[in-house]
Amino acid sequence: MAERKPIEGITIEKTEKLIADTLAEMPEKAAKKRKPHLGANEPSVSSCAVKSNKKVVPGVMSQRGCAYAGAKGVVWGPIRDMVHVSHGPIGCGVYSWGTRRNLMHGIPGVTSFPMDFTSDFQERDIVYGGDKKLETLLREANELFPLNKGLSVLSECPVGLIGDDINAVAKKMEKELDKLVVPCNCEGFRGVSQSLGHHISNDSIRDHVIGKYEFAEEVGPYDVALIGDYNIGGDVWAAKPILEEIGLTVKSVWTGDGEIEKIAATNKVKLNLIHCYRSMNYMCKVMEEKWNIPWLEYNFFGPTKIEESLRAIGKQFDDKIRKNVEKVIKKYRKEMDDVLAEYRPRLEGKTAMLFVGGLRPRHTIGAYEDLGIQITGAGYEFAHQDDYDRTAPEMAKGALIYDDVSEFELEKFVEELKPDLVGSGIKEKYVFQKAGIPFRQMHSWDYSGPYHGYEGFKIFARDIDMAINSPTWGLVKSPF
Amino acid sequence: MSTEAAVTLKKVTEHSPEEIERVKNWINSEEYKEKNFERTALVVNPAHACQPLGAQMVASSFEGALPFVHGSQGCASYFRSTFNRHYREPAAATSDAMTEDGAVFGGQNNLFEGLANAYALYKPKMIPVYTTCMPEVIGDDLNAFIKNAKLQGHIPEDVVIPYANTPSFKGTHIMGYDSMLLSILQELTAGQSVEGKCTGKLNIIPGFDGNVGNLREYKRICELMGIPYTLLADASDVFDSGCDGEYKLYPGGTKLKDAAESINGKATLTLQKYATTQTMKWIEAEYTGDKLELPMPFGVKKTDELILKLSKMFDKPVPALLKKERALAVDAMTDGHQYVHGKKFAVVGDPDYLLGIVSFLLEMGARPWHVLCSRTTKKFQKEMDALLASSPFGAGCTCYINKDLWHMRSLLVTDPVDAIIGDTHAKWAARDAKIPLFRIGFPIIDRINLHRSPVVGYQGAINMLTMIANKFIDIKDETCEDQWFEMMR
Repeated sequence: MAERKPIEGITIEKTEKLIADTLAEMPEKAAKKRKPHLGANEPSVSSCAVKSNKKVVPGVMSQRGCAYAGAKGVVWGPIRDMVHVSHGPIGCGVYSWGTRRNLMHGIPGVTSFPMDFTSDFQERDIVYGGDKKLETLLREANELFPLNKGLSVLSECPVGLIGDDINAVAKKMEKELDKLVVPCNCEGFRGVSQSLGHHISNDSIRDHVIGKYEFAEEVGPYDVALIGDYNIGGDVWAAKPILEEIGLTVKSVWTGDGEIEKIAATNKVKLNLIHCYRSMNYMCKVMEEKWNIPWLEYNFFGPTKIEESLRAIGKQFDDKIRKNVEKVIKKYRKEMDDVLAEYRPRLEGKTAMLFVGGLRPRHTIGAYEDLGIQITGAGYEFAHQDDYDRTAPEMAKGALIYDDVSEFELEKFVEELKPDLVGSGIKEKYVFQKAGIPFRQMHSWDYSGPYHGYEGFKIFARDIDMAINSPTWGLVKSPF
Repeated sequence: MSTEAAVTLKKVTEHSPEEIERVKNWINSEEYKEKNFERTALVVNPAHACQPLGAQMVASSFEGALPFVHGSQGCASYFRSTFNRHYREPAAATSDAMTEDGAVFGGQNNLFEGLANAYALYKPKMIPVYTTCMPEVIGDDLNAFIKNAKLQGHIPEDVVIPYANTPSFKGTHIMGYDSMLLSILQELTAGQSVEGKCTGKLNIIPGFDGNVGNLREYKRICELMGIPYTLLADASDVFDSGCDGEYKLYPGGTKLKDAAESINGKATLTLQKYATTQTMKWIEAEYTGDKLELPMPFGVKKTDELILKLSKMFDKPVPALLKKERALAVDAMTDGHQYVHGKKFAVVGDPDYLLGIVSFLLEMGARPWHVLCSRTTKKFQKEMDALLASSPFGAGCTCYINKDLWHMRSLLVTDPVDAIIGDTHAKWAARDAKIPLFRIGFPIIDRINLHRSPVVGYQGAINMLTMIANKFIDIKDETCEDQWFEMMR
């Protein structure tokens, strides 16, 4: 891949100075811990020097969540036909109810369950344990929501601390209810971020779900699974049709608008296509080892990456699919050119800084670049080394990379680099908007979307233009 | 293994349309309602949150205060996002990020490091600390930890560090509000009580209220009446600050000096007694001056009650402007009563909010019908029943306590009403029942600016009436057949 062209005013030396100046304002111990997580980009190195997946430094105001958030919010919550039980006190379930925008088909409460099911632990449950309550709860849930295809039990902090055995309860109830009952020990204190919650959830799928079902139809040569698309703002609904248009059959989606039985039968597909590598690479590797299913990372943000990805997918199949790929690319090229003709002139030369979860900073760079926007800084809340290794070549030399950035650091960085847009989360949004800096939420698509696929790019382009060029920013400076 | 797996392998199935139709109808039935009300372990769509959320609201509401979560970092992110989404404002809070080793060894080292970093980076004047489940289950001793932090020099002596134990497995967000407020006041007023001194000021405690317009309305009423006051705690500028090109980490809040002096006040008034039980009990014993509880001033009568009380207590006449505002509110209500009279309402929310909203509905001649509080006491239920009994328009209404929004859904589909009042979470039940939701409460995360528009005071009564009546008229315009569509309504 060709190296990014340099960004005006950005050099390795300047970026390193910015990092050093920022660290100098921090207590010595904290600065020492934070230093390895900040760096100036070297696109050509094989391994990114920025360290990741380490504990949050106490008190610095990290933006990270917990393992439960990674399990409930990311992996399990989007599966539409299961009852997901937030097992423990009231809060976790309430805060994660409807706040990720993983949209789903179905009739709520009948065939889909975009709701908050919880055991609402009280003091007596902490003292006497919650296993009995959980049993009763699962029975009640199954009776009141009979069309559920399974139930997941997602542990909150106290459950692991008091020594409850949700695995035993799940095993017993799976037999009794004759339905999948999946335990997931995703207590929030485990690990260093949401990321362990993804991993634990993948393990739960490996141990309790995969291979328990088979598709009613014969497996076909073009059967694939869509892994790591959570249907934020309808992303799956913009991505899946493209795969179908090139002749593939999407047998299951992990997990956006997903169905658990189809997920359980995924070990029969021919290829796993993975969008969010960070949260789902584990199960791709398991399916590869156990069932010899190859997997391929792809990127459906922006026409350049979509075309690249479609061709790479085509390579996994025969001429028929490859021809379809070219047809599809040709078909949408005109639409995409129209989008670029409208928005690019207003966005050319702008810069943006990104800080999102574990995938999107690197995955969206191409979409920004399609619009003429350069990325001067990027980082992740909960990425690992392999994510940073995939990021470095996508960014210009000297661009700023920050892992698990604190509010203090990000403010300094933005103040210095003065981007035209910051793309990050709800906790960061209003900090930067107060400073008059255009902002888009990049976890939730800021209540818009989809952003995946060709349909998504039209919306992405419109939203980014709207954010940067809104006349409201012109009012920030008061004349008196 | 493989043969065993083959035996147990199930086919992917789809529910038949008939089966779906059957269940769809069943969940709207009387039979389902009964089953639904029989559940003992499962909670579905609760209408309350956990203690530390309430604690964080108080912890944010003082000058230079940086909320500090002792426990799991994910909790802090959840609380922050909740406030971000509701107010569309920054909501700074930090955490000491306890993990597995904290579970084994306790969180003292995390707290030491966290306090030192938070202080160095964000230069707060006060760091209110509150807990998540984790340190509560393992039994961390915050009192000792904080003392040690100061003794060992992790944080300067003069930084105020109040703390509250706020386990999520007890009470709700309003109990966390109460515990944190109590702790902050205890800390700030320590040694400040002066025998015979009176600042002449009124301390007003608004309680857990996500409506900054309400807080400003309280302040405005005091100012109009010429009553010096201290709002404990004042979230209004913290969670509603202007955009002028500069982000301010500490944009407002109750001045620490004012809070310290509050112990020598002329009077202390809580407007949410259910959210300030412990605080008021302590104030009763420690503060000078009068202590009183009044209902939240929803509607005309409760606002009258507040103003009369203030007028009497501070010997101030009711200013002409407030008299005029009262008349304007009554004018709006008499003019608009026909759009609301007799309409049946379901209401869900926190205890003090519920009492206020129901009181307003009764004043309008509306019929509160299902009143539901997700977690509260029998005492509240009794008070609500008494309020309902005080008006003929309260007849037929039932107050449910410790029930959730899935119970409410059953009520709405088996015993229909015209509208529901509550926070955003009620939108699912409202949609299933095909009735409008009037968003009054916390959080409101799907509409803009409602948190800026007061629902208390005379102005609040007009605002609520406008919202409710116009929506009913909109529905008529949007749904009526052509021959019934007309110019005037």
